[in-house]
Amino acid sequence: MDGAFIIETIVKIVVILLVFSALSGFGTYVERKVLAFMQRRLGPMHVGPYGLLQVAADGIKLFTKEDIIPQNVVKPIFKIAPVITAATAFMAAAAIPFWPQFTAFGYTVHPIVSDINVGILYVMAMMAIGLYGPLLGGMASANKWSLLSAARSAAVFISYEVITGLALLAPLMMVGSLSLIDINNYQIGGISHWIAVSQPVAFILFWIAAFAETGRTPFHLVANDHEIIDGFGTEYSGMRWGLFFIGEYANMFFISFVMAIVFLGGYGDGTIAGALGLLLKVSFFFFFFLWTRAAWPDVRPDQLMRLCWKVLMPIAVVNVVITGVVMMLTRGNG
Amino acid sequence: MNTEPFNDRNVNELSAYYYVDIENYPVTAWDKFKQVVKRSLKGELFVGLWVVLREMIKFDIHTVQYPKEKLPIGPRYRAVHKLLRLWESGFERCIGCGLCEKICISDCIRMDTRIDENSRKEVTEYSINLGRCIFCGYCAEVCPELAIVHGGRYENASEQRAHFVIKDDMLTPLDFLTAGQQEEYPGFGAITPHEDERVTKTPLAY
Ligand code: SF4
Ligand code: SF4
Repeated sequence: MDGAFIIETIVKIVVILLVFSALSGFGTYVERKVLAFMQRRLGPMHVGPYGLLQVAADGIKLFTKEDIIPQNVVKPIFKIAPVITAATAFMAAAAIPFWPQFTAFGYTVHPIVSDINVGILYVMAMMAIGLYGPLLGGMASANKWSLLSAARSAAVFISYEVITGLALLAPLMMVGSLSLIDINNYQIGGISHWIAVSQPVAFILFWIAAFAETGRTPFHLVANDHEIIDGFGTEYSGMRWGLFFIGEYANMFFISFVMAIVFLGGYGDGTIAGALGLLLKVSFFFFFFLWTRAAWPDVRPDQLMRLCWKVLMPIAVVNVVITGVVMMLTRGNG
Repeated sequence: MNTEPFNDRNVNELSAYYYVDIENYPVTAWDKFKQVVKRSLKGELFVGLWVVLREMIKFDIHTVQYPKEKLPIGPRYRAVHKLLRLWESGFERCIGCGLCEKICISDCIRMDTRIDENSRKEVTEYSINLGRCIFCGYCAEVCPELAIVHGGRYENASEQRAHFVIKDDMLTPLDFLTAGQQEEYPGFGAITPHEDERVTKTPLAY
């Protein structure tokens, strides 16, 4: 482990941290605009041209707001919970290749912090640990809404971990590797090689589960405004709440990256076109998160649980079995 | 928009109201299964997606950017009061009769009068406590001279309530009047159009 490697890694970490913090801020702007347009509104218009600086205004507000810690909360846990959400979201980013490797100034850059051989497993595990943010924050808040939200988040996240895991299992059986780069390289041959084509069921299942994992609208039960105020975030203010927020949006971006890489061919053969294609796919997934928020109602928690255990999980299991059988038949003893 | 069809609340073939077609709940397992299939394959989720996307593409925005743009308000809107002047002479219309002070149900009009050197009743003070006024419009309606009327100024945020309510604030300024900018009030208590034609003589003998 030489000095150049350490410096390179630190630079990558800083870049990813900065870019995705900024992106999650920008994501809120995009979300407001898209939702507004879909509801025939204009959205933020006053701060900066077309409201572009709204993000900066929000940032200033969040940073300068008083950090209130209510009296009856469990203070250390209450304080650490938002950090868990934001930190795990960014830690998950370590194994995601954001761009094919390229050469700049005679130096080959791998835009992935660490190409560990269990990449996808690591990403999913980190996102699963992200559960502790809402869970601990909600339980430490001494607030009924927060407690309800914590209970829901535990139920929803753990249930849908099962779906994401099982949905990913089938593609992973085909690829034979857990590294996201290997998964990407498996699909180099163009659209017909995309895993979404050979594994459409797994793709849809993972996509559905992604909504639950990020707590976005059809499954927005963890912080459902009209039932439980802001859920686990009710008692939070200032930048602690902001960390939850950044975590949520960073998670949306990262899971969009994972979906694009695992199912839609990622950056393909690593040319610029492929890389731009990856960004397009990610933007589409991100847009879809906003789109459904404008179009679809929320489901009830019991419906969500039933959907998970009685519908999605059996489908996922059957999908895995079928994939296995087909692989066994087509590859012989390979 | 023509609201006529909506005024008839009776559901018939002429009205805009109609009964929503609600199917009976399925009883047998087969019926339930058919309903599930029908609902799943109808793609209602995608209809929803399409509707919002269509609105986004059409970009038919209805936002009014309020401080910059304002929606017109109706002539009968009852906002902060105004005291008007006579068009020809520029005198104040108010004759100091005190009817508005009397009728005000919030008891928030206060006025002071005196007889001036021409033996004319002059209103020296006139104020409305807008903190108490409920903008009922009775003062404007009762005023025989169309002197106190409601204006269209609904933005009454200020450092002090008193900013709107002193006589000088409400009275049309003279230069405003000579510039012909005093607007006649078509709203509450104003004379309806063609009033002359509708007036009939009171018969002398019953
Ligand atoms: S609007 Fe009603 S409450 Fe207000 S001053 Fe006139 S009579 Fe009084
Ligand atoms: S009712 Fe009209 S004329 Fe009489 S005092 Fe009031 S404003 Fe003046």
